[in-house]
Amino acid sequence: MAAARRFDRAAAAPAALLLLSFGGLAAAGVEDQAEQFFRSGHTNNWAVLVCTSRFWFNYRHVANTLSVYRSVKRLGIPDSHIVLMLADDMACNPRNPKPATVFSHKNMELNVYGDDVEVDYRSYEVTVENFLRVLTGRIPPSTPRSKRLLSDDRSNILIYMTGHGGNGFLKFQDSEEITNIELADAFEQMWQKRRYNELLFIIDTCQGASMYERFYSPNIMALASSQVGEDSLSHQPDPAIGVHLMDRYTFYVLEFLEEINPDSQTNMNDLFQVCPKSLCVSTPGHRTDLFQRDPKNVLITDFFGSVRKVEITTETISLQRDSGIMESSHEEGQRDEELMEPLKYAEQLPVAQIIHQKPKLKDWHPPGGFILGLWALIIMVFFKTYGIKHMKFIF
Amino acid sequence: MPAVHGGERRWEAEAAPGMAAARPLALLVLLVLGPGGWGFADPPRDSLREELVITPLPSGDVAATFQFRTRWDSELQREGDTDHYFLRYAVLPREVVCTENLTPWKKLLPCSSKAGLSVLLKADRLFHTSYHSQAVHIRPVCRNAHCTSISWELRQTLSVVFDAFITGQGKKDWSLFRMFSRTLTEPCPLASESRVYVDITSYNQDNETLEVNPLPTTTYQDVILGTRKTYAVYDLHDTAIINNSRNLNLQLKWKKPPENEAPPVPFLHAQRYVSGYGLQKGELSTLLYNTHPYRAFPVLLLDTVPWYLRLYVHTLTITSKGKENKPSYIHYQPAQDRLQPHLLEMLIQLPANSVTKVSIQFERALLKWTEYTPDPNHGFYVSPSVLSALVPSMVAAKPVDWEESPLFNSLFPVSDGSNYFVRLYTEPLLVNLPTPDFSMPYNVICLTCTVVAVCYGSFYNLLTRTFRIEEPSTGGLAKRLANLIRRARGVPPL
Repeated sequence: MAAARRFDRAAAAPAALLLLSFGGLAAAGVEDQAEQFFRSGHTNNWAVLVCTSRFWFNYRHVANTLSVYRSVKRLGIPDSHIVLMLADDMACNPRNPKPATVFSHKNMELNVYGDDVEVDYRSYEVTVENFLRVLTGRIPPSTPRSKRLLSDDRSNILIYMTGHGGNGFLKFQDSEEITNIELADAFEQMWQKRRYNELLFIIDTCQGASMYERFYSPNIMALASSQVGEDSLSHQPDPAIGVHLMDRYTFYVLEFLEEINPDSQTNMNDLFQVCPKSLCVSTPGHRTDLFQRDPKNVLITDFFGSVRKVEITTETISLQRDSGIMESSHEEGQRDEELMEPLKYAEQLPVAQIIHQKPKLKDWHPPGGFILGLWALIIMVFFKTYGIKHMKFIF
Repeated sequence: MPAVHGGERRWEAEAAPGMAAARPLALLVLLVLGPGGWGFADPPRDSLREELVITPLPSGDVAATFQFRTRWDSELQREGDTDHYFLRYAVLPREVVCTENLTPWKKLLPCSSKAGLSVLLKADRLFHTSYHSQAVHIRPVCRNAHCTSISWELRQTLSVVFDAFITGQGKKDWSLFRMFSRTLTEPCPLASESRVYVDITSYNQDNETLEVNPLPTTTYQDVILGTRKTYAVYDLHDTAIINNSRNLNLQLKWKKPPENEAPPVPFLHAQRYVSGYGLQKGELSTLLYNTHPYRAFPVLLLDTVPWYLRLYVHTLTITSKGKENKPSYIHYQPAQDRLQPHLLEMLIQLPANSVTKVSIQFERALLKWTEYTPDPNHGFYVSPSVLSALVPSMVAAKPVDWEESPLFNSLFPVSDGSNYFVRLYTEPLLVNLPTPDFSMPYNVICLTCTVVAVCYGSFYNLLTRTFRIEEPSTGGLAKRLANLIRRARGVPPL
């Protein structure tokens, strides 16, 4: 009897333990989900996509950048939050047999140029100086809003760069380079000014891993298409267009991103596996030591998408019409009609007026340094030649 | 500002979500706001008018021009007295125009490629053309007939010429679907007028050269750019046009192939070119053609030449019909290096039926190393000249009625019917500047390092190294195995 009771109690205890643990797990599951909702600390997303190569044979770099642009837009980042820099125009290039298109897959399957592309920095504007100014925010006041990176300390920024590069540098348009040290310092400036919450840096060039070796600011995760000493290769040429359409790494990244939609739970570890050596021929690399969160907890949409956390309310808000404004507009309309005398359209080519113009009076400016210096020299020479005694007759 | 608020609110009232069915609702809202809002004396002012003009060309190609006019009342004041008699245009050569320019342009349209004529604006068709032009004009216009106050007008125009050869078609039959890969379904709900005009001036239905399908219900005749023209009109607000097939696909069929006559030449056209040889000097020439048989007229020519082409103004010559032609007015502002370009403005009288040649010689400057573009061997662009003229018309036109006449007639309205205003741009030019060889530093470094390594290095080795004889190596594995076998045979080893 006692043995049976003991057995019962012995059986009950693990059963109770099991029940407790199940309950605990269930509670932890809900908490986990709630925690995940608030896990990443960002409130807005930005993307800076840079293609640094010029000339028709570098079509693939423009296609790379536009594929990332397309994915990022599809997943929700609006044009106002994307700074797209393309160093040359491929779509309307006279050598393009299908104008207004840039293809990523051969047989013209996917037009990544799209129908509503907005390029912020074009052609000669894509320089190292402009790129660094965009990142650090040190931009002249006349720059339009679409050309600025207006990020704050809760922004997650995706920076994608592609072009020709080497060990420690990236070439901009065949005339200048940016080094990995400059890039690391630019990111440090961004950190000091709190211009990002987390940064994802992706680079698709030869020896791309050298570009992220020197980073030292926190919260940066970096991916590159090849290690130091390796070349990144291009994917496939298209016989109709005549050039290589994409680089391998970005081609497989594009295929990976096409499977993502705004509510995907795919994390960064999957992105690290994207292009193994068998497909890419080069070895993609990544760097996560500066990043505080574990990559498996970082969602792809944290950087590529723009997931907003929305709270739905059921209250109704009624807007009042402001009658004061409408009455005053009516009065002003009446006043205007009484006071102003009739205007008329200008003559388009007033020949008589043009011929008989009076010459404009130029403003008088005081003489410049050169003239003053010249006269001072002449006076000095005069007095030296003929003696200082002449001075008293003048002054 | 009150009137701007009024404009905005009225816009929202009319911004039904794109479906024609919602329009009655919008009207209802407007009525409710009516008495408190707009000046009750004036009729409700139209906000948007859209138009498409299709012109078949004698070569078999077809030109299409879109015009969208948005007008709004605003108390936005012009600053002071801008003397717009002397307002001029600036030109930027070598701006690539592609979908990236079309996107913000489309965003200015109220219906923005969702309804109305703007559904035809698809980039992959619009840029696969032999000519493409986009424009945005903003200007103040009179609000009423007395012109006591102004309202602002935004005009957007887009012109394309579809080339049968480029699009690879055998027959030169055109339809809206073939041109734009879309058809028209409904007018923009915000538009008060939405029309398509087809130019049938030379091609009457009786003549049976060109057949337009479906048959137009009305035609419109007027004097456009000095000649009398006839248009077939299709009004999208007319429900009979968009019949039971729910779309309008205009078709133009050539019954007889278009005659290979010379196309009509405009009264004023111009050409510009660079002549000369070498990389030091050159000559810039502009040819102005006046093909009017008996009328001479003045032309205002504006040239902006970059500073690195140093113009010699004493070589400026203007000749018409072999004789020198002195301009009625000349204004020249010389360039300052790296600060501002040359500005040359002249009022030239073009005699009837003549060619006037304006030429000026220049010298090319050597730029500093860092001022060259990343692709300097492509060349540097010179902006086109701008010609403004009041060209006499063959047929007198009546003054434009802003409300009634179609948009394409009122872009440059006529003040009196005897002439019409034209602004022409010549082609931009490409000149080569003396370009240094940018591969020089790399080549020089390679060459000198090689020479130093070979010459000096050899001498250094000869002078500083000691040499000694080295025992020959015993040989590889094969040799050892062979020696083993030879010893076994009793033969001397290798």
